[in-house]
Amino acid sequence: MVATPEKPTYKVIGTRPIRPDGMDKVTGRAEYGADVKLENVLYGAVLRSPHAHARIKRIDTSKAEALPGVKAVATNADFPKPDAGSIDLGEGSANPVWLSENMLAGSKVLYHGHAVAAVAATELHIAEDALALIEVEYEVLPHVIDVREAMLPNAPVLLDDLRTNVRAKGADTPKDVPTNIALHMRIEKGDIEAGFAEAEVVIEREFSTSQAHQGYIEPQNGTAFWNRDGQLTIWCSTQGSFAVRAQCSALLGIPESRIKVIPMEIGGGFGGKLTVYLEPVAALLSRKSHRPVKMWMPRADIIRATGPTSATHNRVKIGAKRDGTIVAAEVNLAYAAGAYPGAPVGAGALCALGPYDVANQRIDGFDVVTNTPKTQAYRAPGAPASEYAVEATLDELAEQLQIDPMDLRLKNAAKEGGTNSAGQPWPRIGAEAVMQAIKNHPHYNSELHGEDTGRGVALGFWFNGGMESSSSATVNSDGTVSLILGSIDIGGSRAALAMQLAETLGLTLDDINPHMVDTDSVGWTGVTGGSRTTFAGGWVAYDLGEEIKKRVVERAARMWNVEADQVSYADGTITGPDDDEGKPRSMTFKEIAKQLQRTGGLIAVSATSRRNTQGAAYAGHIVDLKVDRETGKVTILRYTAIQDVGTAIHPAYVEGQMQGGVAQGVGMALNEEYFYDSEGHVLNASLLDYRMPVANDLPMIDTELVEVPNPGHPYGVRGVGEAPIVPPTPAIRNAIYDAIGVRMYSTPMSPRHILEETLPRED
Amino acid sequence: MTTDERIIVTATINGEERQWLSSSRDSLLEALRERLGLTGAKEGCNNGNCGACSVLMDGRLVNSCLVMAAECNGAEITTVEGLAQGDQLHPLQTAFLEEAALQCGICTPGFLISSKALLDWKPDPSEEEIRFWLAGNLCRCTGYDKIIRAVEKAAEEMRS
Repeated sequence: MVATPEKPTYKVIGTRPIRPDGMDKVTGRAEYGADVKLENVLYGAVLRSPHAHARIKRIDTSKAEALPGVKAVATNADFPKPDAGSIDLGEGSANPVWLSENMLAGSKVLYHGHAVAAVAATELHIAEDALALIEVEYEVLPHVIDVREAMLPNAPVLLDDLRTNVRAKGADTPKDVPTNIALHMRIEKGDIEAGFAEAEVVIEREFSTSQAHQGYIEPQNGTAFWNRDGQLTIWCSTQGSFAVRAQCSALLGIPESRIKVIPMEIGGGFGGKLTVYLEPVAALLSRKSHRPVKMWMPRADIIRATGPTSATHNRVKIGAKRDGTIVAAEVNLAYAAGAYPGAPVGAGALCALGPYDVANQRIDGFDVVTNTPKTQAYRAPGAPASEYAVEATLDELAEQLQIDPMDLRLKNAAKEGGTNSAGQPWPRIGAEAVMQAIKNHPHYNSELHGEDTGRGVALGFWFNGGMESSSSATVNSDGTVSLILGSIDIGGSRAALAMQLAETLGLTLDDINPHMVDTDSVGWTGVTGGSRTTFAGGWVAYDLGEEIKKRVVERAARMWNVEADQVSYADGTITGPDDDEGKPRSMTFKEIAKQLQRTGGLIAVSATSRRNTQGAAYAGHIVDLKVDRETGKVTILRYTAIQDVGTAIHPAYVEGQMQGGVAQGVGMALNEEYFYDSEGHVLNASLLDYRMPVANDLPMIDTELVEVPNPGHPYGVRGVGEAPIVPPTPAIRNAIYDAIGVRMYSTPMSPRHILEETLPRED
Repeated sequence: MTTDERIIVTATINGEERQWLSSSRDSLLEALRERLGLTGAKEGCNNGNCGACSVLMDGRLVNSCLVMAAECNGAEITTVEGLAQGDQLHPLQTAFLEEAALQCGICTPGFLISSKALLDWKPDPSEEEIRFWLAGNLCRCTGYDKIIRAVEKAAEEMRS
């Protein structure tokens, strides 16, 4: 680890204890959403559209309802008409009307796999049988998959009432006609024309990226019980229990106070489990059947109908001086949103030039609907596509200028005192530290041998999230502290947050018992997403610890009959002034905890944090690879991931986030894509054909943690999860060029696409 | 529509004889999870591609989603719930905890069972052998690095 000199010495932070949820997870006892056991439960199944775009002329569910064992059937008509508006999902938002139609289709189906009707039956196999008995009459409509085609004036229109929302100063106002372009946004800084006029070299390139799925191993699930008193209980695996509550309230037309969401363990989300799919449908079926209804999604449906990230088409134009100073940058991003608006193009725009300080820049973004599943957030949503375009272009610029690619980046690095693309000033950030760490790394300075081998580097940036989190804590009489978390633990936050409370109180991790609880048992907390939880939840843990310390000091003062300002707390020990006999007054946290109950009661505190001082994250990757010219297959030989992680609370989990991000990035770069036939059907809806990296696709992934503490956090925490998915695609792309001299302009760089570039064309 | 018959199945599961009424359409995974209350084996894909449902059937590694429950009559099944012996965790379980080889944990039962099958067959596998053996188990969180290290560590522990 590379630590800046000002890093304080911690006792718990920086150690690698075993996670509190670990024992249950290695013994099979951990309860995920599909593991919920309820008496008298029904099983739900969903009928889905065989067409990419069609009008629903008629649905007849009577035969399905008549099948013995079937207890309820639901369609979109069972949802109340939702109010227009917006539900905040933390990473993006949801329009209730579109959300409702995405749960169960309204008058049209908009993609292959769009949910149409749902059945609950006493056994899953019976529910599946019943789906075959539902009659749906479709009028098939022309469809559009490709984002550029969807933007054309004569493209099939998905949503008749959609008009372009223009948030771009100086852009043309579009005509009042139906369109697939939901949004045109722009961010601008400096004077773009003057910048290019100053440039001695101008380079312009275009890139496209394929739709990629989050690929969590746990299927979406939802179990609901709608009691006859109108109280709805939902068990599910989600990144945000309060977001599920808000969405179900809007979709079902009942107040949030009537809904209790019980978050079960979650088997991966990566942004894909912020939105609901099955929870409100299970609720409808439960309301009709008066029995609990349990649902989980088949894998083919997950791939066809849950959120992949956007397919994109992007253009980058960069102007530079011969010495490598970038004087102007123009970026144009077109992101496919899938069936309903909401592609992460805004985040993509903010991140595109994130590692650099470019005086004159203009970034335009378009959010475009297509006949593909509604996209959802996926790890650093929007960033991998836009930064890939910039990082790949920079590699070509470095070659043209004959400058080392890291020297080019260092020359233009974003740093404290500069401003980001939106013109906001940078606080202390680690862009330069990461770039320097790459340059100094033995991997970067090693020699690479072998035929058709190459090396590439790239940077990655993610702005991280702040937002609202709540928790409460109770001091137990045995000297431990129960920590009640509003945040969902998706991969280690129970440990990371408990460690920050332990550090604050001068206790050990074993002294803290962290718990993930339902929405009735803790204050409102935003989703686990945007790499915000260790930051925001850590602030709450710190605030709780400080409040407990204050109350413990007050109590000790009362017990000792002294003033509170004469008492201090350090390292889990309370110290007061010497007593009348001149003996020092001192108690450990455990000793006072034992006496709390009879000296005025136990101590229970709660806290909410709403800070937006999260600080940005920078990742820098070095990759060596080999290209097999015969097959087009790329083999990763060596991989080093370097990142500014602020302060690593649990270094092993930080490394795990970086390694996991690399693996997903490598999948995105080399293999993962959706295959559509001419009718808009998804052809590869299985985990065999949607090819995610397996163990023998990857080498060990070396990590180097750079620690530039975040000045906006008591322990210097920066989010770490998102940034590492960004650099793999451009780093691999740049390495392929180094290996075989071929520049790739689209993803994935699969054997087929590499051969298309390398084999002689038959013209 | 498929016919649905009821069958009584008797099998030894984690050392204990169990008997249950199964549907002729139940997979072993469904039987374990929905009929026997053993939810340690997970459904990730239900067609043999992810390995989250891995169990040992008469000592052999299988995807329980691809085995019919009715085929298990008389079989010996080991699931993740049967890995620990009394107070002792299996060395693989300890190594997965110590090496931080899990994040969300959904794939962990499958990796543990699959790794046990590997080490039962070959106590001293190379990194490459571990990677190829575990290629049938998908993990989306870890990038496999810490999983491979945990298996190497458990193998070493079990040899000593």
